Amino acid sequence: MLLIQCPYCGERPEPEFVYGGQAHIARPQPSAELSDQEWTNFLYRRNNTRGAHAERWRHTHGCGRFFNALRDTTTDHFLATYKLSEPPPRPPAESAE
Amino acid sequence: MTQGFRTVSGGRIDRARVLRFSFDGHAYAGVAGDTLASALLANGVHLLGRSFKYHRPRGLLAAGSEEPSALVAVRRDAARYTPNLRATQVELYEGLEAHSQNRWPSLALDFGAVNDLLSPFIPAGFYYKTFMWPRRAWRWLYEPRIRAAAGLGRAPTQPDPDRYASRYAHCDVLVVGAGPAGLAAAAAAVGAGARVILCDEQNELGGSLLSDSSRAAPVIDGRPAARWLDDTLADLAARQVTLLPRTTAFGYFPHNLVALNERLTDHLAIPAALAPRERQWQVRAREVVLATGAIERPLVFPGNDRPGIMLAAAARTWLNRYGVLPGTRAVVVTASDAAYEAALDLQQAGLAIAMIAEVRDAVPAGLADLTRAAGIPVLTGATVLGTSGRRRVQAIRLARIRHGAVSEPKTLRCDLVLMSGGFTPSVHLFSQSRGTLAWDDAVQAFLPAVLAERARSAGACRGVFELARVRSDGAAAGAAAAREATAPGREGVCPAGALGRSVAAAAAGSAEELAGARGFAGALPQPQRARGKAFVDWQNDVTTRDLALATREGFRSIEHIKRYTTTGMATDQGKTSNLNALGVVSGTLGKAIPDMGLTTFRMPYTPVTFGSFAGSARGDLFDPVRTTPMHSWAVKNGAVFEDVGLWKRARHFPCPGEDLHRAVNRECLTVRNACGIFDASTLGKIEVVGKDAVTFMNRLYTNAWSSLAVGRCRYGVLLRDDGFVYDDGVVARMAEDRFHVTTTTGGAPRVLALMEDYLQTEWPDLGVWLTSTTEQWAVIAVQGPTARPVLESLVDIDMSAAAMPHMSVAVGHICGVPMRLFRVSFSGELGFEVNVPADFGAAVWEAISEAGQAHGITPYGTETMHVLRAEKGYIIVGQDTDGTVTPEDAGLGWAIGKNKPDFLGKRSLQRPAMTSADRRQLVGLLTVDPATVLDEGAQVMLEPAAPVPTRPIGHVTSSYYSATLGRSIALALIGGGRSRSGQTLYVPMPQGDVPVQVASPVFYDPKGERLNA
Ligand SMILES: [Zn+2]
Repeated sequence: MLLIQCPYCGERPEPEFVYGGQAHIARPQPSAELSDQEWTNFLYRRNNTRGAHAERWRHTHGCGRFFNALRDTTTDHFLATYKLSEPPPRPPAESAE
Repeated sequence: MTQGFRTVSGGRIDRARVLRFSFDGHAYAGVAGDTLASALLANGVHLLGRSFKYHRPRGLLAAGSEEPSALVAVRRDAARYTPNLRATQVELYEGLEAHSQNRWPSLALDFGAVNDLLSPFIPAGFYYKTFMWPRRAWRWLYEPRIRAAAGLGRAPTQPDPDRYASRYAHCDVLVVGAGPAGLAAAAAAVGAGARVILCDEQNELGGSLLSDSSRAAPVIDGRPAARWLDDTLADLAARQVTLLPRTTAFGYFPHNLVALNERLTDHLAIPAALAPRERQWQVRAREVVLATGAIERPLVFPGNDRPGIMLAAAARTWLNRYGVLPGTRAVVVTASDAAYEAALDLQQAGLAIAMIAEVRDAVPAGLADLTRAAGIPVLTGATVLGTSGRRRVQAIRLARIRHGAVSEPKTLRCDLVLMSGGFTPSVHLFSQSRGTLAWDDAVQAFLPAVLAERARSAGACRGVFELARVRSDGAAAGAAAAREATAPGREGVCPAGALGRSVAAAAAGSAEELAGARGFAGALPQPQRARGKAFVDWQNDVTTRDLALATREGFRSIEHIKRYTTTGMATDQGKTSNLNALGVVSGTLGKAIPDMGLTTFRMPYTPVTFGSFAGSARGDLFDPVRTTPMHSWAVKNGAVFEDVGLWKRARHFPCPGEDLHRAVNRECLTVRNACGIFDASTLGKIEVVGKDAVTFMNRLYTNAWSSLAVGRCRYGVLLRDDGFVYDDGVVARMAEDRFHVTTTTGGAPRVLALMEDYLQTEWPDLGVWLTSTTEQWAVIAVQGPTARPVLESLVDIDMSAAAMPHMSVAVGHICGVPMRLFRVSFSGELGFEVNVPADFGAAVWEAISEAGQAHGITPYGTETMHVLRAEKGYIIVGQDTDGTVTPEDAGLGWAIGKNKPDFLGKRSLQRPAMTSADRRQLVGLLTVDPATVLDEGAQVMLEPAAPVPTRPIGHVTSSYYSATLGRSIALALIGGGRSRSGQTLYVPMPQGDVPVQVASPVFYDPKGERLNA
């Protein structure tokens, strides 16, 4: 069971959180102007990253807030968590291997 | 029977406290401090079980949790029956009743032993090939037979009556293993100011110190080891170290979460009433010290599994800790120095040591002197050709062997064979933590190399064997762990950075130490055409021949060989077998051990009871139960409940003598003709408030909310962005900036989560606040033609049709209680939903119920609610929709705000596939025979008796008998359904294809006149 650093509450155990999919995908607007292919890409196409993956989490059983995280998909470990308003941090060097 | 093999003195037992027990119905006596294994040995009983596959007689290989095959069942009563316990871990108590397993009719005479003779026909992987044909026979013939013949114990037949506890704990340093390394680590850590938990799987803390002999007792800090141990434990306790004996660390989870299982009462003759039997700890440690020791390796030679053949360290433990002589005349076979200590201990206790067969070419000088002085003959460069003895070893055949040539063969009589192939560091937990192991040439073992967690290994589990070095290694680990755990500025429990760190090297051991412990891995050399089974894995009955077969059949990866032969699997997890299996395969493939890698160690380290995992989460406490404020009224009035998610909902209120069908018919007719009262409190409710509330609702729901006046309601449809129906419910506008949103009962949490998601991540600029009010409001639906007079006398507002038309909301009081009154209907009748603060729900319900008596009111449940709504063609999201249904499919196209620039799912609805005419659409189905009620979920076919394979054109989503209409009705999703009105289709049912006619989904009052009354 991982410990996850909520940017608002601090370190909390994994069951308090819910995964929210890949981060930094803004809903395109106005949606009416998108082609079918563009809309399909937005709906269904996601990265399948090996390594540092930017993703959304929500501290559902805590403060209830969404935040973003950088997680290494090969180890499951979180490299960083950050608020929605913040840009993704660079992955720490030691995780780049 | 007397304890004929008990020494007169010594050991950590209390000879004065005699304990009676039974094994397979025979009465024996042991003493306090015994395990079942030591007590049986004291009585000269060596045959404890039959092996898994071949039913070979088995005794005790080991003295601890690594014992692979002496598995027994302990019975307290019919419900308290625990199978597959290691006899070495069962602490003796007065009256203990134990049974052997895997034998019939008895341990001594076991018919299953015929498997041993049949063994040429059941080689490794036999389950995969021998019985493949005929395939069907696998299920009813082969598998049950094999399972019955080859297996472990049976499960208890009654529910477990015991209690189990669970506990969360946090500490600076968790030390696993209370041998010399762990004790030193705990002492150093607490000395540095850390909060420390120290756990050990044994009943006493002390590890290897518990098995030291008086002959050569080590001296620690100027005291005999036993005294030092007592002093150290007292000191640790005084310094508030949490000491947990009988506590196995069985699982290592990310971020230093270590699961411990503490056995609290299994060692007691009469456990206190209600005392928990076990406690499962989830310990979150800032730093972990693994001091898990090492396990002696057996040697692999033909006939190495007979009772009386055991590890040398086990024999030392029997003698020195339990005061038991494991035999009278022993032969020692060894590739390491430790066995010499055992031989000398046993000889001093009176055993005859017939010979030490030294696998190595020479005996270390110091030991040679000792054996010479003791008069023990030594054969160097030795191997074992075989053993004999049916239920106990009687003789061993030794020889020297060079390049397959046998010389100096000799057969020695003995009733005990000690063996030692050196020590394998216990890296199970380290490996579970995802740490990487690396082969160490000096130690000749896999040792911790790269960390995945904030952990340290200390002592024998990382190849440090000599006592003084073990203690300093432990102390260094404990001090370092404490330093890091309590370092100023340390962020949280698990800051990043442990991952990928290399393990700090241990101080190098002396050449003698390493040479003494290194030992031998693999099978002892044998002449060509050697006979007899040489076991590698005792628990799974895997022999050298099985491993050779696997490689002959082309298996190369050790992970594949493990699965094909089952070596290292099951509850044993290769504790005694792993390295030998590698050694054997390495020899066959001509590939070095380090190049083959190691199989993954699975948790649990030793088996954990289901009860320990369940804890208190069983029976009524298995899941939370949600009840409405009116629940007790429903109970009192005979409601039959159903589970809807976690909610208990009244399904129907049968009168005496009524079954479900009759009750529902009566309830339905009463609502249609008079009035019904229904508990709708489980509906999800969300208050959407703020200056941008209407904008938010417009973006979320399909409907046009700007045009909804304050005081009015609208049926809202919520899609996901993929265009499919996600939820629905009535939404009321309480004020310009305030909406009272209702959701389906099951959908409330996910709708709120979806709202929060969009509000927080897409539109954080909107001034909107979301509050779940599901449990704040009790909701009482009053439905039926007499609903208005029932309520009118209780409320302080005008309920006339003019003041409160269909789909309106008003704020007022009922029985003096604040109320939001909705005029809405899920039944098709004139209807109201009374929302009052939850605490007043029961009282208001009773008042309405009372007032309704004059108007023919009846309580009704969810089943009637379902029938009534289906008669009106109202969908239930999740029943009539399945995540692939668009609003248009469900007949809800009218609920889409056509002029809105955007809402969730709008763009998706324009994709070609979403507008195709042959999509499945919601229609009504009327069976040609009005008495036939279709099965929900049944497929709908174009033709009767269509030859298979065929494609259904739809399926039935809802189906009921309608008392109001005097016939059955059904809703269905049918391809191009609305264009098929009047068409006859066929629904395959158990009794045959049922013809049905496609109809409108609105079966009752299609014009809605009753609704608007
Ligand atoms: Zn939080």
